[in-house]
Amino acid sequence: MTAAPKKTVLIVLRHSPYGSGLAKAALDAALASAAFDQAVDLLFIGDGVLQLQPDQDSTSLGIKNMGRRLASLPLYDIDHVYVDAQAAARYNMDLSKAPLHTRQLDDHEIHQLMVCYDHLLGF
Amino acid sequence: MIYSLLVLSSPFSGHCSRSAAQFAHCVIARGHTIHRIFFLDAGTLASAASSVSAQDEDTSLRSWSELAGQHGVDLAICITSALKHGMLDQVEADRHERPCATINPLFTVSGLGQLVDACASSDRLITFGG
Repeated sequence: MTAAPKKTVLIVLRHSPYGSGLAKAALDAALASAAFDQAVDLLFIGDGVLQLQPDQDSTSLGIKNMGRRLASLPLYDIDHVYVDAQAAARYNMDLSKAPLHTRQLDDHEIHQLMVCYDHLLGF
Repeated sequence: MIYSLLVLSSPFSGHCSRSAAQFAHCVIARGHTIHRIFFLDAGTLASAASSVSAQDEDTSLRSWSELAGQHGVDLAICITSALKHGMLDQVEADRHERPCATINPLFTVSGLGQLVDACASSDRLITFGG
């Protein structure tokens, strides 16, 4: 690591948890950022809200349980997690049972959030 | 301005990997700097040394080669994704007892720390694919 100034990063998760490797790649990037003491927050939008589905069971897929990995994020000081409220409503998600504590945002608030960061990483 | 790129999608599916290479060429042509291009997930397939394209199709490897060879751009591939996709340099091929290296030596196998560093060191980080 160089001694560059700290940048704030918002990781934007746009894809379902098991349809591709992107959800895992996003989590890996988030954990790496946290490990290097960078300020990183998460935003789930569109199909990405499905990653917050409660009681995920990926045993038959032979892939790690993404819900369980998400639940571990607060241990790495990743505490600010935002959700696209419209997408969550479209999928009829019960976010009170999601693996992470989240804050729901409408489109306007999502825009306001995005402009606050130095970098957006879209997965 | 200092740019870094994150490439997530395979060069064999869609246009994002190719767009990333073209974007990098344009950034340099405009007098800006590319700090690093980081390949993650299926993006690591861009480093495939022995993929064979149809004769009437351009291969994106040439575009990446120019960036690394002529402009000294750091092409870094995530080791976890690379191993999963069968992209190994000689060290990893030896370590995992595979018959040969499969990546073009212009690419370097590295960790996600290099993506974090790219975020910290660049004015703009642009994601391609996903």
